[in-house]
Amino acid sequence: MKVLTLNFLTCAVKSCKSSSDSFPLHPKDAELASDDVEVNPQLLINLLPRLDWKALKTTSTELGFPQLPDSPPTIEDLQSDEKLLKDLHSLLMETNLMEGKLVCGVCGHEYAVREGIPNFLLPSHLV
Amino acid sequence: MMTSTHTPSALPSSSATDDVAKLAAAAAAVHAAESAEAEAYERTHVHGVYEAIAPHFSATRYKPWPAVASFLQSRPPGAVGLDVGCGNGKYLGLNPSVYMVGSDRSASLVALANSRGRQLQEQHAQEAKKRIAQGELDATGGTGGESSGAAVATEVVVADGLSLPFRERAADFVICIAVIHHMSTRTRRQEAIRHLLRCVRTGEAGHPGGQILVYVWALEQGNSRRGWDEGGEQDLLVPWVLKSQQKQPKQPKQRKGQKGTQDQDTSGVAASNTSGEAPPPPAETTAGPTAATTADGDQGHTDPVFKRYYHLYRKGELEEDVLAAGGAVITSGYERDNWWVVAANEPLSSQSS
Ligand SMILES: [Zn+2]
Repeated sequence: MKVLTLNFLTCAVKSCKSSSDSFPLHPKDAELASDDVEVNPQLLINLLPRLDWKALKTTSTELGFPQLPDSPPTIEDLQSDEKLLKDLHSLLMETNLMEGKLVCGVCGHEYAVREGIPNFLLPSHLV
Repeated sequence: MMTSTHTPSALPSSSATDDVAKLAAAAAAVHAAESAEAEAYERTHVHGVYEAIAPHFSATRYKPWPAVASFLQSRPPGAVGLDVGCGNGKYLGLNPSVYMVGSDRSASLVALANSRGRQLQEQHAQEAKKRIAQGELDATGGTGGESSGAAVATEVVVADGLSLPFRERAADFVICIAVIHHMSTRTRRQEAIRHLLRCVRTGEAGHPGGQILVYVWALEQGNSRRGWDEGGEQDLLVPWVLKSQQKQPKQPKQRKGQKGTQDQDTSGVAASNTSGEAPPPPAETTAGPTAATTADGDQGHTDPVFKRYYHLYRKGELEEDVLAAGGAVITSGYERDNWWVVAANEPLSSQSS
């Protein structure tokens, strides 16, 4: 699962959704892998306004990457700064969470991630 | 909808004054019981079946429905989409300029979708390298804009359609193909649509909201061999014959009764190797695999048969369910034995939840 996908995932428990602490989920015991993915500048630029930057910053720090700036880069930044573009590409599209857990900050439930696939099926007491 | 009320018990109190409260509690209890029952039923007649037939099912699912393909192709570049009930992930890489995440209740199908996506991704990376080596791309990044973009088809999660893990109001679109018809009560079908609607952005001034595309099996299948049509039974158990590894003859001569009706349901591929048999009896309640004896002279040979639950939608019913779920219908139509609808959240957010 790509880091980008983590930016769109939250706790599956209904009662957690209303709390802002359920997003983003927190990686635990994370094993990362890097993929070779062709850079697609246009896709990244188009995706930018759809990201929750604050959550991405949290995720990035929790995974042990250098701190992201507080505010997202502008489209112009991405177009003019090739290194920035590549770094963002590498973080969002090439970095994969392969094994570990995703933990909800509200209910504490841990969702297992195996072979890059998180499992959000809930035990019956959480449904 | 107040489906979240989990009244643990509704023991009748002796007080005669709170009849109304008692009635409400009883209704809630009945509802909870019904809901648990429906869940258990779907576990047997939908989820369990897909787990068991996953590889076989996946092998028959490769051709996209035209209405789905055109919906996906018309999404703007950079749009973020979800495929709820993605199965083997055949739609995930269809439009390379959007980012899609798939979910499915079946871990087996999700694993298949993931490995399929990874293959695509590797292929793509290899080709890109080759092009760079051949000097077709600027080796420093290829910002030439000619890049078709890698189809992202690797992103899949295991999740239940009624407990989705997606950040709310974040997606630009959601597709849900051949899924809702597996839900065994109308309340659950409407609830499932409500969950899809919750995933997409609401409209704001100048920005249209996100759209959902829902695709379900139709009751009106006058042109199909299945023989279902208007006025017929809408809730059915449809058999799936899990053929053994040995290739069967293209056209099995005949089968015993309805047991042998291998169903290819919603694949975009016409049922090419099925016999034109009558539909299964609606009252069928057998769970789990039974056996179908093929009548190919091979007396001892049996294929396990799994029965999947379907609710066949009658004309107009899908639109009704969208409205009941708080959505607004944008367009709808019929395509090869299926009803489909494109919908969005009500513009001035009728916050129903
Ligand atoms: Zn939670």
